[in-house]
Amino acid sequence: MLSYTLRRLLAAVPTLFLVVLGAFLLVREAPGGPFDEERVLPPEIEANILAAYHLDEPLHRQFLRYVGSVLTGDFGPSYRYRDYTVGEIIADAFPLSLMLGGLAMLLALAFGIAAGAAAALRPNTVLDRGVMTLSMTGISIPIFVIAPLLVLAFGIALDWLPVGWSGSGGLSRLVLPVVALALPQIAHIARLTRASLIDVLGSDYIRTARAQGLPTSTLLLVHAARPALLPVLSYLGPAIAGVLTGSVVIEQVFGIPGLGQFFVTGALNRDYTLVLGIVVLYAVLIVLLNLAVDILYAALDPRIRLS
Amino acid sequence: MTITRSKSSSVFVSVLAALVAGMLMLSIASCDDPGADAPAERVLNRGLGSAPDSFDPHKSRSVQAGTVLRDIGEALMTYTVNGELTGGVAEAWSVSDDGLVYTFTLRADARWSNGEPVTAGDFVYALRRLVDPATAAFNGELAAPIEHAAGILDGELEPAELGVRRVDDRRLEIRLAQPTAYFLSVLTHTSTQPIYAPGVERHGDAFVRPGNLVTNGPYRLVHADPASLIVIERNPYYWNSPATAIAEVHYHVLPQPATEYNRFRAGELDITDNVPAESFASIREAYPDELRVAPTLAIYYYGFNVTRPPFEGNRDLRAALSMAIDRDVLVERITGRGEAPAYSFVPPGIPGYEPPIPAFADLTQEERVERARRLYYAAGYSEDNPARIELRYNTSDTHQRIAEAVQLMWREALGVETELINEEFQVLLENIRAGEVTQVFRSAWSGTYPDAHSFLSIQESANPSNLTGFASAEYDALMERAAAQTDPDTRRRFLEEAERVLLAEHPVIPLYYYVSKHLVSPDIEGWHDTVLDYHYSHHLSFR
Repeated sequence: MLSYTLRRLLAAVPTLFLVVLGAFLLVREAPGGPFDEERVLPPEIEANILAAYHLDEPLHRQFLRYVGSVLTGDFGPSYRYRDYTVGEIIADAFPLSLMLGGLAMLLALAFGIAAGAAAALRPNTVLDRGVMTLSMTGISIPIFVIAPLLVLAFGIALDWLPVGWSGSGGLSRLVLPVVALALPQIAHIARLTRASLIDVLGSDYIRTARAQGLPTSTLLLVHAARPALLPVLSYLGPAIAGVLTGSVVIEQVFGIPGLGQFFVTGALNRDYTLVLGIVVLYAVLIVLLNLAVDILYAALDPRIRLS
Repeated sequence: MTITRSKSSSVFVSVLAALVAGMLMLSIASCDDPGADAPAERVLNRGLGSAPDSFDPHKSRSVQAGTVLRDIGEALMTYTVNGELTGGVAEAWSVSDDGLVYTFTLRADARWSNGEPVTAGDFVYALRRLVDPATAAFNGELAAPIEHAAGILDGELEPAELGVRRVDDRRLEIRLAQPTAYFLSVLTHTSTQPIYAPGVERHGDAFVRPGNLVTNGPYRLVHADPASLIVIERNPYYWNSPATAIAEVHYHVLPQPATEYNRFRAGELDITDNVPAESFASIREAYPDELRVAPTLAIYYYGFNVTRPPFEGNRDLRAALSMAIDRDVLVERITGRGEAPAYSFVPPGIPGYEPPIPAFADLTQEERVERARRLYYAAGYSEDNPARIELRYNTSDTHQRIAEAVQLMWREALGVETELINEEFQVLLENIRAGEVTQVFRSAWSGTYPDAHSFLSIQESANPSNLTGFASAEYDALMERAAAQTDPDTRRRFLEEAERVLLAEHPVIPLYYYVSKHLVSPDIEGWHDTVLDYHYSHHLSFR
């Protein structure tokens, strides 16, 4: 497995380079610049500022400068948050997104798999229909509707939970954003689990096992769970990457300084370095999580060989 | 390779366990609340809008940074709670008869947040740093009235040659290149605050971080999470510290007005920075006493690109389009938050200035349309030969609705065919600056200092913020003559005449003046609405 992992990681190097190059060119091609506003800077002041950030150099020199500093772990200064470097911003925002996303994914896995399994065990009953209706609702209602509704219900009408992030609130301020982030994921995972579990439960080897008189719990946990979770697992790779790098909507609704917000405002403000830094992080995460999913795949399905 | 079953489940379990443990550690690590150790005294919670860009007075340029900097720093001049100009660090000042030499006496008890005295040398250091090209300060042009500032910004002179001199520790002399009537209000700007030189020397760029930052205002910075929460506490060394009622202020970064409103409703904010447009009517009903709406020094306007057809040299068409817009409909039916319809470029409310209102403003809308039609025909257009124009605006619900209304008004009044083009803000700015594809564009302007010059100067032909390409020798000459005046009345006459020339040429269509919108908890005392929309925390208290 070690050599497989190393080979995959080596193959990721050119991928990452291409991602950085593409992102660098795209962000530079976008009209406007990081210091453009309605209040146009006098030419001498604009020249001083561009020089201070090396933006007056030819593009290829800027790219080489950027790649060189990224290789030493320096993602450069942010143009919008001028007191901070991109590295510092990511170091602050990423753990936050990681925590929210991680908790939401754990919640989604627990509830999604449980609900999906329950529905699969009693197909076409009231329980199954209920779970499927709820999950369809969860998938259909966008997060920018769910989140404000949760805020209105639990934050303002019932006044049980804080509605904002900044300030006091301790752990309770996590509840609403995590739940809002988890709900659509619960729905997706429940549907995936149900469909694949029903498939697996109808297969020959399960019928054989059942005929041998194995109890349902053993059947489910030992024989059916692992193959049934494979589709869920392949869904999880990109889903985790998406959730961990921050949900812009959730971050905006709750005022959470996570990566998603920095990414979007960075793009709108033409904060080149900030956008690039987050793109690099996102690319690395996707590569690593896809690798992790492939390795776990082999762990769950003995027919798959890593070679 | 093959992974055996026992191994695989242990891998799975350990990955899960690591994830859970990691999450818990993270949640503990990042949930420490900076306000947790606060004294029992009540904290003032204020919404800040979007994130402040910098707490370096020279690298900041956002409104939000200005709000915090006015609390933690103090310039030579400042404003009273009613928005009147008054001494900040300066206790007294005098101006020479020719209007060129300003001498300031600093307060003997002005102190930095570390207890050291604030001296004239600190201002000399800060103002030189402001114009030093190496600082790359955004607001360097504010120093332009000072002798040699322009040459230093250009890199031709050394910062030490700036016309700012320490007479002694408590006396500062500033020499100007030419008389500048609004210079004292420039000296309220955060870019002119003193800077603690040892901090910059010791920490470099990191001098602005909490713990490093030494400031001279009523508050000092204790925590900065630039996209979330800024915490400031009373600076015990501030010369007027006993008058500062609120000990700690939390500025919450909440770019979405809807989120900010929710937090106000939940009792988590005492003051909001804004009010969500979409719920304005219900807010006015639910919070009639908390809602504070006041005129500000900012204008929403449409500009014409006068360097390209069809608007180049076509004053009649520009005038017709301006008169055909019913501003009352825009402010009553679309913006609907108490905005005032605009007919002049300088908003009302500037002391000692009366914006000249063009004659058509006194007509009824039917009469205006009548005049607009005559001008439209005179410009060579008709029903059979309608003007076809493009109107560009940046993405926003309000901008879109206004553009659609204007499109309809132009069509109904004149038969003009308008294509609406919605662009991302940066795209629009680039197009306006290039001046090639734009015809009519949406823009806005807010005053940096409460003087007509702050608005009118951007229409001078050489001003970088002149977006329309308007160039009038008569206008430039009037502005120049106004600039040379030391007599306020004469100066005012020149400025008003300049604006009259501007409005007669119609390079812009003033649409409405912005208002400030806040929700202020009834527990707050000392809140005053001013056109500047500055609300210093040290003027506020809890009932």
